[in-house]
Amino acid sequence: MDELIFFINRVLISGTVLGSIYALGAVGVTLIFGILRFAHFAHGDMMTMGAFVAFVLAAAMTAMGIVTPLPAGFVVLPLAMIITAVLALGLDKGFYAPLRQRGAKPVTLLIASIGVTLMIQGLTRLIFGSGTRTFFDTESKDIFRIDMSWAGGSRPISITEPQVIMFIVTALIVVALHLFLTRSRLGKAMRAMADNAALAQVSGINTALVVRVTWVIAGALACVAGTMLALDVALMPDLAFNIVLPIFAAAIVGGLGHAYGAIVGGFLIAFAETMAVFNWTAVLRPINGLLPEGMALPANLALVPTEYKLTVAFVILVITLLVRPTGIFKGAST
Amino acid sequence: MSAAATTSKGWDSPLRRGLMLFAAMFLIVVVVGVTQGTASMLLILVQATAFALIALGLNIQWGYGGLFNFAIMGFLMVGGASTVFLSYPVNPEFWNSDGPMMLGRALLAFLAGLVLVLLARQSHRIGLRGAWKTTLVVLAWFAGYLIYRSQIDPAAAYIESTAGFVGGLGLHPVLGWAFGGLVSAFIAFFIGKISLGLRTDYLAIATIGISEILRALIKNMDWLTRGTMTVSPMPWPTPLPQQLQAMGSSIPESFVLARVWFLVLAVIILVGAFIIVERAYGGPWGRMMRAIRDNHIAASSMGKDVTGRQLELFIFGSVLMGIGGAILATFTQIFDPSGYQPINHTFMIWVMVIVGGAGNNWGVVLGSFLIYIVWIISDPLAQLIFLNLSSVTDSLGWGAIPEIESRSLQMRVFVLGVVITIALRYAPKGLIPEVVRREG
Amino acid sequence: MPLIELKHVVGGYGGAPILNGVDMAIEASDIGVIVGPNGAGKSTTLKAIFGLLRVTGGTIEFGGENIANSLPDKLVPKGLSFVPQEKNVFTSMTVEENLEMGAFTRTDDFRPTMDWVYSMFPVLAEKRRQPAGELSGGQRQMVAMGRALMSKPKLLMLDEPSAGLSPRYVIEIFETIVRVNKEGVGILMVEQNARQALAFASKGFVLAQGQNRFTGTGPELIADPEVAKSFLGG
Repeated sequence: MDELIFFINRVLISGTVLGSIYALGAVGVTLIFGILRFAHFAHGDMMTMGAFVAFVLAAAMTAMGIVTPLPAGFVVLPLAMIITAVLALGLDKGFYAPLRQRGAKPVTLLIASIGVTLMIQGLTRLIFGSGTRTFFDTESKDIFRIDMSWAGGSRPISITEPQVIMFIVTALIVVALHLFLTRSRLGKAMRAMADNAALAQVSGINTALVVRVTWVIAGALACVAGTMLALDVALMPDLAFNIVLPIFAAAIVGGLGHAYGAIVGGFLIAFAETMAVFNWTAVLRPINGLLPEGMALPANLALVPTEYKLTVAFVILVITLLVRPTGIFKGAST
Repeated sequence: MSAAATTSKGWDSPLRRGLMLFAAMFLIVVVVGVTQGTASMLLILVQATAFALIALGLNIQWGYGGLFNFAIMGFLMVGGASTVFLSYPVNPEFWNSDGPMMLGRALLAFLAGLVLVLLARQSHRIGLRGAWKTTLVVLAWFAGYLIYRSQIDPAAAYIESTAGFVGGLGLHPVLGWAFGGLVSAFIAFFIGKISLGLRTDYLAIATIGISEILRALIKNMDWLTRGTMTVSPMPWPTPLPQQLQAMGSSIPESFVLARVWFLVLAVIILVGAFIIVERAYGGPWGRMMRAIRDNHIAASSMGKDVTGRQLELFIFGSVLMGIGGAILATFTQIFDPSGYQPINHTFMIWVMVIVGGAGNNWGVVLGSFLIYIVWIISDPLAQLIFLNLSSVTDSLGWGAIPEIESRSLQMRVFVLGVVITIALRYAPKGLIPEVVRREG
Repeated sequence: MPLIELKHVVGGYGGAPILNGVDMAIEASDIGVIVGPNGAGKSTTLKAIFGLLRVTGGTIEFGGENIANSLPDKLVPKGLSFVPQEKNVFTSMTVEENLEMGAFTRTDDFRPTMDWVYSMFPVLAEKRRQPAGELSGGQRQMVAMGRALMSKPKLLMLDEPSAGLSPRYVIEIFETIVRVNKEGVGILMVEQNARQALAFASKGFVLAQGQNRFTGTGPELIADPEVAKSFLGG
């Protein structure tokens, strides 16, 4: 029983948290790719930007003496999402739209997004310094411990309050996104444009509006993803680069342009990472008794050492690109 | 007739423009030299030369071949690690221990795993096909990996606890540089074989991934590269300042002189590479490459082996990158895997090539020097601005700005982003764009 | 006043113009058919009307205003609709969603129009929840036409509607076009199947090298020996 609890704590809960973060980031990336046909490299930095916006707002809120039952980071989230969405629109208007109007190739836009990445990275470090910050300076992180002694376990399942809220928020967002894309006219227009941009325009769909909505959604989701990551771990400018590749991996694995694929891909990669670095010996300990004399499980049976955790996403990405570049849901490729 | 007339007229203004830009570059170098001191200037120049070599490599891949290589950092690390292995003094503790034998066993295990996989891939000869064959191959990979791990893990632990790390072979650094190029070529072959079929932005992401894998590997192979504990000091091919001091130079003189010698060597290598690349570009091989880059569908329909040529380009470019990375490691005398950052070592090179002029070697060299100098002086300039700003905020009662030093360092990143954005908007073809020669 | 009138339209994709002064006039009651050899500028004429390429000379008058070089999504609310030759359905979306996209610019209730489209193409009503990409070529063409009709256009333009279709579907499409026209929608279409299309055309335009060569009613053109010899394969 203890082994199962260990597994739940280390893999199930961690994996779901990470999966939610990756999924929300990947949805933004995949939407931008589907509608605008370029790889938005600066997405990781958009997440960091959103997290910093939330951080500033939360700090301002506590400085004004407002106390809430929920962690400050979550309370300011709606406002932070709006601000980040506006910033995302600004990014497009300032850096990408002018190039698109001149008929720039996707590669040029990718390079432009690298420029944006560098600028945001530089700016956030300039303003905030490169140190690590936490949302929980002034308040504590509540941890819920579910006692499992009734099932024979000697340790509890532990889950932090932010994690619980994260699950709820992610679930809400996924449902809202689903309804938007399948029920609303604008959502369907987005899918139409991702499917066939030329025909969308011929059908009378206001493509400029769809582009704006795409950036708004991508920005808002990036803010949530970045803030959740900061709430779960810590906030630092380095956040961005480490997250770009798993997110792109998730988007590609799920099929570029397919929002649901991005969500599935996000959880896939997250669980792959968590399970690859998980010390399976801890769970397989009971089997030790079944093994013949002289043989025992090694002390640490992890597929991949912890330092290589990020490599897991990359390996999955490379394999996907080689074996099935269109991803699970058959998105765009060549 | 009219084509010839426009070409001859076209030769005048780009040539003049190029010369003016180089003259301006020279002026900037002199100004920086005066403000920062000769020794610092020489340091900057040597590193810029190494970066110019690396940028030439990228120009071959992107400018000539349209290949989006984001694994530059990986190749630099490979070059650095290779020269460590070749040129660092011999570590007698390692050779006297069981280390070599255990490594030998690990190598055998590696080969055994490789043989397993190759055999599995031939399993269609015994009648296995489709999903069965794929499963067998995957199992073979898995088994090979486990066999290798079973030998290398204890070997690595043993070496790290007894001798520290493998050490080097104590050979001449220039050989180390060549070795860096060789190993890079090897790795480029494998990377290219598996990933060159991908479309441009996918190739970019795949190469970033590969670069990160290389970094993780090199960083964690403590038994080979000492990992985060770093390797230093690396020997020089030309006399070190300390050696010159022993021969009677004063301390400041020795630094200047030593760096001058190193610079001369580096420039010779750069010039050599430049000539080789220019010659190749002008000749029939270069023409074919450009044809492939501009329309590889048409080229392959004409029977050109597109992927094979692209692989050649990729390897050629990577060799230069490996040598450049090796030069950098030797010059700074330290190999620190955690010191390699994608921003510094991949993106900056891209900015150099794009700002300089993709497809034009002169442009790329100009871009390298320009961008590197901009990169270096952004830091002191930012410090100046911050200090002044700080005194203003201080006098206003808000207090001084904290951590000015580390923040100014970040200014470099911001400036790089601004430069590339402006370049894309106003000079998308670079300062010295590719000269498209019209034949006939 | 004609529904749409082209006067000496010159245009292309940049570089040398493909259209070198094309004249055309269509009434709401007309079925206009454009025929001609390859490269004559047939599809280019439709694209020029719909703002998909640059018009550098002449005027295109629709409803009293010059619509040359308008943005395509601005033309749909004005009453124009276009069915491209290829990639003319949203393959990942269902038949019904494709039709809904056609009605994107409408602000009123478009369900009656959808019922009308389903009545014209009963097979689509059966498959309304299927992704359009899974349908056969002929059914896809129906979806494409249906999508274009959802905006209740005054002028429906079609680029080679019969291309790649089996004879049974060709007849069905042409019959539908005639039926739609009878309900008051002007038709302007390009066709390779020249004879078959001209048979029911009230206005036929033979283009070559970006200019008008012959104009007349469809039957007239078919009967004209010169036209038949040079452009209709004898």
